[in-house]
Amino acid sequence: MKKLLTHLDWLESEAIHIMREVAGQCSNPVLLFSGGKDSLCLLRIAEKAFRPGRFPFPLMHIDTGHNYSEVINFRDKKVRDLDERLIVASLEDSMKKGTIVLKSNDEPRNKYQSITLLEAIEEHGFDCCIGGARRDEEKARAKERIMSFRDEFGQWDPKNQRPELWDLYNAKVHKGENIRAFPISNWTEMDVWQYIERENLELPSIYFAHKRDIVRRNESIVPITDVTPIKAGEKIENIMVRFRTVGDITCTAPVESDADNVNKIILETASTLITERGATRLDDQTSDAAMEERKKEGYF
Amino acid sequence: MTKQKNNNVLRFMTCGSVDDGKSTLIGRLLFDSKMILTDTLNQIEKTSKKRGMNAIDLSLITDGLQAEREQGITIDVAYRYFTTGTRKYIIADAPGHEQYTRNMVTAASTAQLAIILVDARKGLLTQTRRHTYLSKLVGIKHILVAINKMDLIDYDESSYHQICKDYLQFANDINLISPGVNIEFIPMSALNGDMIVERGDFLKWFKGPTLLEFLEKLDTSEDIKESTLRFPVQYVCRPHASDNKELHDFRAFMGRIESGLLKVNDKIKVLPSGHESEVIEIRVGDQLINEAIPEQSVTVSLSNEIDISRGDMLVHQDDSINAVKGFTGMVCWLAEVPLSLSRTYLVMHTTRVSKVKITQIHHKVNIQNLEMENAETLKTNDIAQLSFKLAQPLIVDNYNDNRSTGAFIIVDESTYHTVGAGMIQSIA
Repeated sequence: MKKLLTHLDWLESEAIHIMREVAGQCSNPVLLFSGGKDSLCLLRIAEKAFRPGRFPFPLMHIDTGHNYSEVINFRDKKVRDLDERLIVASLEDSMKKGTIVLKSNDEPRNKYQSITLLEAIEEHGFDCCIGGARRDEEKARAKERIMSFRDEFGQWDPKNQRPELWDLYNAKVHKGENIRAFPISNWTEMDVWQYIERENLELPSIYFAHKRDIVRRNESIVPITDVTPIKAGEKIENIMVRFRTVGDITCTAPVESDADNVNKIILETASTLITERGATRLDDQTSDAAMEERKKEGYF
Repeated sequence: MTKQKNNNVLRFMTCGSVDDGKSTLIGRLLFDSKMILTDTLNQIEKTSKKRGMNAIDLSLITDGLQAEREQGITIDVAYRYFTTGTRKYIIADAPGHEQYTRNMVTAASTAQLAIILVDARKGLLTQTRRHTYLSKLVGIKHILVAINKMDLIDYDESSYHQICKDYLQFANDINLISPGVNIEFIPMSALNGDMIVERGDFLKWFKGPTLLEFLEKLDTSEDIKESTLRFPVQYVCRPHASDNKELHDFRAFMGRIESGLLKVNDKIKVLPSGHESEVIEIRVGDQLINEAIPEQSVTVSLSNEIDISRGDMLVHQDDSINAVKGFTGMVCWLAEVPLSLSRTYLVMHTTRVSKVKITQIHHKVNIQNLEMENAETLKTNDIAQLSFKLAQPLIVDNYNDNRSTGAFIIVDESTYHTVGAGMIQSIA
């Protein structure tokens, strides 16, 4: 038998190929970096794709203003270590400008990220955003292209996507339109953790099991923070938890876990019974079609 | 499921018509291999009840978009993943009905294996022939004919053998049977789970593997071509602006090995210029390697300074391949807007783009009876043989010899939409 790439090498090679296609075809791309595990995999892939050169794109964080400080500190350290450029596009700036109007102060801010993202795309003239979305995350994503076309309003039309054949990616756009490129489309949560282990990637500490004050609300675990205070009649517990995704505090819930290193997380992931988004994204549970609706509006 | 190491990837597509039970088959495969997680299952259970069904409808697992849920059909290619410890699987679930030929071609383009579903009650249908033809057209080397719904014909062995015989006759008629192509059959009931992951109690007469066993053992290493090096340059690395002085003169060429092997000290030439050089370093990230294998993304340094840019191709010096200014190939038209012979289009091939004119439509394939017809233009889902004249030279192979350097897409110059997908058959 001839030599074949192992599954991690194959996935890595495909992701490098996609990133280099973005660099080769687009004139002003940007990589969306949240400090989360998927975008950290993207950064390692970018290193393998472009070092010893610099990245042919800046990094950009869409900041909801509701972040765990561990994640923001980690984000800034990572950018310094890589010696690359970070743009922070802040929801609070959009709120000041009046382009984001919250219905109430404690409303989850995730769905407004698309407004700030689209404003940043326009301001900087980006023609492609590289993101860490995966097809295994959610039903609507399973049909997403690797290079996904968005019109001037950032809209995704699931019935009118560009066909994508072989690995010939068409990233051509007119001014104002843009491409969302997803190099790790074909990765699963397990692949991500195995890659983190193999590459020895550093992660924000909240991914690992730690003691935290929480309350149990509607079958979810809600961490008690400044923006997610305790409600009347609730009882605070201090338990071991870890986050499976990081994002806006108001819509990211931890899971109970003792996994305090990557290896334990892999074992836990292998035997887990709940999908990543179902467990930890409070905003996708609204309806069966929640994600599809948000994507049509320009959400990542 | 345990921690996996050293396994490879198998990409396959499933094709069948609307009610062959294709979505049920995938649902069953994921369900029985324990890849469906509880919250997904709860949602499916709710939806099944809403539609008035008693049992869980496994086909809902693969239904993604709202419109599909409403109509109860799959209208776009959806990708699914599962892993067994031996392999990681990527499933492209392609819709079956005729108006979505383009989606089937899309799914087939990245598949190594096609699972073609046949309803055991109905035997070979027009769709079965069409799916087989398209799988052959897109160069899939492994075909598994899944003869499903065996429960509805009382697991009858002779009916199964008749369908196998009919299929092989058809495969022979369209010249599918050849040394590089592997055709297998499995009788099954996706609904009951017979011969998917478990063998079940009713198909004892069948001695072959279950679907999962078949997938686990399928050897795709022979499909990989180690003989002819094709390395299209994607990106040139020139970190001259770096603070690190040692990097001022560094230049390297980034891309993926599409076929063949590339070793340190190999004598290569650059096409189309023909300049020659020698490989001094191959890296993956900061790791130096001696040999790069097909599908590997690498960074290559050469011994002398020659002008190389994106779109150039590295091949071995003794290779006789040359750049061409025209070719003939089979095209699947993907766009709603018909092909216009008076327009120019763009062709994207490996990492190169060229303006093209279509000089001739030789014939169109009638997808119902697979006969050839004359055509003045092409509409969505049409498949035809076309000749192209190129503005820029391209370095091409016949698709049957090399999928990566034989494939191209056609892009509309004004909308930038991908309007066609093509496979090169001959030069000029």
